[in-house]
Amino acid sequence: MIEIKELHKSYAIGQNTLHVLKGINFDVAEGEMVAIMGSSGSGKSTLLNILGMLDVADLGTYTLDNNPIKNLDETKAAIYRNKFLGFVFQSFNLISYKTALENVMLPLYYQKVGRKERKERAQKFLEQVGLGPWASHHPNELSGGQKQRVAIARALVSEPKVLLADEPTGALDSKTSYELMDVLQTINNRGITLLIVTHEEDIAKMCKRIVHLRDGVIVEDKKVKQVSARSYVE
Amino acid sequence: MWNRDQWQEMFYTLSKNKLRTTLSGFTVAMGIFIFVILFGFGNGLKNSFEQFFLDDSTNTVWLYPGQTEKPYRGFKAKRRIIFRNDDLSDIAQNFPFFIDYISPRISRGALVKRGKESNNYTIRGVAPGHQYAEKTIVTKGRYINEADVLTKNKFATIGRLVEKDLFGNKSSLGQQIDVGGVSFKVIGVFKDEGGDNEERLIYIPYTTRQRLEKSNDHIEQIIVAFRPELGHAGAMALEKKLNTFMRKKHNIAPNDRSGIYVRNVAADLKETQQFASVLQLIVTFVGLGTLLAGIIGISNIMVFVVKERTKELGIRKALGATPKSVVGMILHESVFITTIAGYAGLLTGVGTLALIGDSLEDFFIINPFISTGTAVGATLILILFGAVAGYIPARRAAKIKPIIALRDE
Repeated sequence: MIEIKELHKSYAIGQNTLHVLKGINFDVAEGEMVAIMGSSGSGKSTLLNILGMLDVADLGTYTLDNNPIKNLDETKAAIYRNKFLGFVFQSFNLISYKTALENVMLPLYYQKVGRKERKERAQKFLEQVGLGPWASHHPNELSGGQKQRVAIARALVSEPKVLLADEPTGALDSKTSYELMDVLQTINNRGITLLIVTHEEDIAKMCKRIVHLRDGVIVEDKKVKQVSARSYVE
Repeated sequence: MWNRDQWQEMFYTLSKNKLRTTLSGFTVAMGIFIFVILFGFGNGLKNSFEQFFLDDSTNTVWLYPGQTEKPYRGFKAKRRIIFRNDDLSDIAQNFPFFIDYISPRISRGALVKRGKESNNYTIRGVAPGHQYAEKTIVTKGRYINEADVLTKNKFATIGRLVEKDLFGNKSSLGQQIDVGGVSFKVIGVFKDEGGDNEERLIYIPYTTRQRLEKSNDHIEQIIVAFRPELGHAGAMALEKKLNTFMRKKHNIAPNDRSGIYVRNVAADLKETQQFASVLQLIVTFVGLGTLLAGIIGISNIMVFVVKERTKELGIRKALGATPKSVVGMILHESVFITTIAGYAGLLTGVGTLALIGDSLEDFFIINPFISTGTAVGATLILILFGAVAGYIPARRAAKIKPIIALRDE
C-alpha cells in the first residue's frame, strides 16, 4: 500500500538546515495498523505529513497504492488526499460553526457528491463511531472523545485506503483514549490501513506493528501482538 | 464554479458567521452610503451656488448712480447723481448696435394689504425688458408691458409667494391689492428660480411709481442688456463706452470712483464659472476620498476575515479542497457580500438624499442628488476592490501548507 525509499527531508532554520529525515525505508501492506513512535524531534510527524501529502520530501520515492507521488502541485495533492487519505489530528480540527454531521459531510462536498447522498453517507459513518444521536450537535457541545470520533468519521467518509492519525489520543484521558483505540481497531479490522503517530507506549501496543524513529532514522521496526482495546474499555 | 452546492455552502457559512458577515457588509454599505451622501451634498452645494449666481441673465450691464467725491467742471464734490428717464432714451439712441433691451428699476418697500392679510414686500418699478434680465417666469396673466408704462396703469405682476401669502389658494388675477395705500390690480403671477426672496417681489410699471412720487422722472438703476452674440469682448467694450458716456452726460470726473457704479454681469460670470469648477473639483475630491476610505475599510476587513479563517481553510485543504476552490469560496463570499451590501448602501443613500430634498436649503444645499452612473460606478469599484482585497489574502491562505495552517498555537 505504502512504499518509501530513501526519504530525506530537511528544514531551513535561519542559516542552518535541520536534517529531519535521513533516509527512511519503509513499507506498509494493506490492512496493517502501524504505530510510529519516537521522542519529539525524531521526525515522526514530518514523516506522517509527507505520507499525507501535506508536506513534500527533498529526496526519495513515495508510492501510494501503486501511484508514484511526485511533482505534485497543490491541486493534485488535494485530489489525492481526498481520494486516498483520511486524517485525524491531535486537536481534532473540526470546523466550529458546522454540526457534527456537516463536518463529516465536508470531504464529500469536495468530491462533488450530491447533498442528499452526502447526508446519508455522513450519517452512516457517524453511527459507525457511535455518534448517530449527536449528528446535529456543534463541536463545542461535544466531549474531546466525541470530537475525535467525529474527526474519525470525517476521515472515513470519503472511504480512503489509508487513515493517518497524528497523536489522536494526545488530547484525551486514558479511558477515552482506549475507547478511541477500540474504534480505530474496529476500523482496521474492516481492512483500512492505519498509521498512528504516538509517543504513548500503551497506545502503540494496540497496533499490529511498531516503528521506532530516532534522529530521523528508523531504529526499530517490529511486529507486535496486538492488545485489544476493548478489554480496557469494559 | 457557480453550482447550487457552492451557493448553499456559501449561504450556510455566511449565516453561521453572522458577526463577520454583518461587519464586512456594514463596512461596504457604509462606504457607499457616505459616498452617495457626500457626493449628493456636493452637488447640492453646486446647485445652490448656480442658483445664486446664474438665475439672472448674463448679458447685462448694470448702472447705479452714486455720489461724486471730486469736483468736476464747476460742480462741487458730494453731489448726488440722479438718473432720469432721458438717460434711458439716450442710451437707447447712442448704442443701438449693442443693445438688446433696457430697463430701469426703482425699488421701494411697502406694506401690501388684501382683506385681512398684509405683509411687507419690495415693489419694483420696471420696464418690460426687466422680465428677461431677471429671468422672471410668468405663470398666470402677463408681465408689465409697454402700454402699461405709457398709460402709467396701477397694474402689478406679483410673485408666487406674494399670491400665496395674500390670497391663499385662491387666484389673485384681476383682484385689487393695497400697496402702501394705493390700490393696484393684479395682472399676472410669476415664479423665479432664484429662491424664495425672488418670489416675494411685486413688479409695477416704473412710470406708475414716478407718478405716485409727485410725478418726477427719477429712476434708480439702469439695466442694459446687450445682444448675446457680442460675446465677452463686446460686453467689455460696451461697459467701457457706457461708463464714459454716462460720466460725460452727468458731469462726473473720469477718475471719480463713486459717482457712478457699473457692474458687468458678463465679467462676473467668468469668475463665477471659475469658482464653480473649483467647487466641482472639491466635490470630486471628497467623493474619491470617501471611496478610498471605503476601499481601505473593505481591504482591512477582508484581511481580517481570511486571517481568522486560516485554520478552517487548512482543514478544508486537508479534506481535499483545492487551492482554486479555497480562493473561489472566499471570492464568492466577498463579492456576494459587497454586492448586496453595496446595493443596500446605494439605495439607502439615494433614499436619504431624496428624503432630505430641499430641507437643507438654509445650509446652501439645494436638491442634493447623485447621478445613477456615478453611484453605480462607485458601487462597482467597491465590489471590484472588495474582490481584489479578498483575493490577495485568499490566495496567500490557499498557498499556505495545510500543515502550517493546522499547527497548534
